[in-house]
Amino acid sequence: MKLLLDSTRCQGYGLCQEPAPELIGLDEWGYAHVRVSELPADGADGVEAAVAACPNSALRLVK
Amino acid sequence: MTGVHSLLPEGQPGLLVSPVFGPEPYRGVEDLVGYLAVGGYAPLTARDRLLDRIAAVGLRGRGGAGFPAAVKLCAVRDAPGRPVVVANGEEGEPGSVKDRWLLRHRPHLILDGLRLAAAMTGAERGFVYLSDALAEQAVRHAHAERPTGLRVDVVRTHHAYVAGEETAVVRRIEGGPALPTAKPPRPFEAGVGGAPTLVANVETLARIAVMHMCSDAAVGVAGAHLVTVSGSDGCAPALAEVSAGTGLKGLADLCGHGGAEAVLLGGLFGGLHGAGWTDLRLDHDRLKAAGGALGCGALHFLHPEDCPVAVATEAAAYLAAQSARQCGVCVSGTEALAGTLTAVGRGAADDAAADRLHRWSRQLPGRGACGLLDAAARIAATLLAHFPGRVAAHRDATCPACADPPPGDGRRFTVPVP
Repeated sequence: MKLLLDSTRCQGYGLCQEPAPELIGLDEWGYAHVRVSELPADGADGVEAAVAACPNSALRLVK
Repeated sequence: MTGVHSLLPEGQPGLLVSPVFGPEPYRGVEDLVGYLAVGGYAPLTARDRLLDRIAAVGLRGRGGAGFPAAVKLCAVRDAPGRPVVVANGEEGEPGSVKDRWLLRHRPHLILDGLRLAAAMTGAERGFVYLSDALAEQAVRHAHAERPTGLRVDVVRTHHAYVAGEETAVVRRIEGGPALPTAKPPRPFEAGVGGAPTLVANVETLARIAVMHMCSDAAVGVAGAHLVTVSGSDGCAPALAEVSAGTGLKGLADLCGHGGAEAVLLGGLFGGLHGAGWTDLRLDHDRLKAAGGALGCGALHFLHPEDCPVAVATEAAAYLAAQSARQCGVCVSGTEALAGTLTAVGRGAADDAAADRLHRWSRQLPGRGACGLLDAAARIAATLLAHFPGRVAAHRDATCPACADPPPGDGRRFTVPVP
C-alpha cells in the first residue's frame, strides 16, 4: 500500500499530521510531506485517519 | 544572432544538415520534396524491428529527463486502451532553442517521427503541442503538404517554464490550463482522455525518423545531442549538434567560451558547476554522477567577470516567477530560495542563511508536482558546493553584480531562436 500526497491540493491545514506523525511531517510553511510512502498491505497506524483529516483530499492511499 | 553548427563527424547523418542541401545547416524550411529526397516517410514494414533498434542503441528522451525512449514506447503500446501520441515542442527552458528550431526548419522530420511513434504504439491519434507561432505555421504547412495517415491536431499553448511538462501537456490538450498535475498516473498510463499517451520531445521523434531512414547510422544518431550554448561574454549563442560524450571544454572552446570558469547545466535544471567543469562530458549518467543533469542540453557558461551568486539568484528569481503557484511548497520554497540568495548577494544575510539554503536544497526536491522546485533547490545546492569562497566574499565587500534586485524574466538565460 502506498500513501500519496497531491501537493497541488495541500493547503497547509496541518490536520493530517496528528493522526500519523511518523508518516507525515509538516515543513516550516505548514505544508505536508510524506515521510514514509511504502506501507504494509494492511496499512499503518493512523494513516486512514490522516487521509480523512485533510479538508482538501490531498492525501490518498493506493493499494 | 544564434549560430547553427553541426559538429558531427563527417558523413554522420544529423538533424541540422541534410545531404540535399550540402554541409550548411538549414536556413529556410525543409519542404516535402526535400524531405522525400533524404529518404523521409519510408514505409514502416516491421514496427517491432524499429522498436528493437531504438532499444538496442539506447535512445533516450530529449525533453530533459533522459528516460529510455523504447521503455516509454513499449509502456504506451502495452497499456490497455487505444494510445495517443504527442510531439512535445514546447521548450520551456529559456536557454534552449533546439525544439523550436526543428519545428520551424524541419517540420516533416517531426511529423515523420510522430507517424513512426504512432505505428509502433498502435495510436490513431496524434498531436503536435507547441507555443511558437513560426513553428506552428511550419508544422501546419508541412501537414497540409502530406497528411501522414494519422489524425494530427496542432495544439497551441502559452510559453512558460512548466508548459512542456508531460502532465501539463495532457491537461492543455484536454482543454485545460498548461499546468502539471500530481503523479501517478503518468501519461503513459492515463493521458489524453484517459488513453495511454506518449508525450515525446520533438528531438526524440526527429532522431527516431532519422534512425528509420539511416538504419546503419542508428548508434550515432541515437547518441548525438542538440545543445544550445550561451554565455555572457558577448559571444553569440549557438545551437550545435554533437556526438555522444563530447567534452564540455572542447565544446566551450569551439563556441568562444574557452575562458569560462563555470557552467550552468541543463537549462536551469542541472545546477552550477565550477572547478572541474572542464572534465564533464555530455552524458546523462556521468553528469548525474557529478551532481548535475544534462536536461534539455542547454549550457550557459560563466566567465571570470560573472558573479556566480548573481547568476544563481537570477535563476532562482526566474523559477520563483515561473512557479505555476499550484503547490504551496513550490510558492514558498522558490520564494525563500530566491529571497535568501538575494540577501546573500547583498551581504545582508544572517549567519544561518547558508544552513537554511543547505537544508532546503535537501528537503525540497521531489515535493512539487513538477521539477521546477527541484531545479531551484539544485541551483542553491550547487552554488554552495562549488563556490563557497565566492559566497563568503559577499559578506565582506559589496558585489556590484548583486546590488540590484534580480530580474524575474530570465533575460540572462534567454537565447533567441535562429
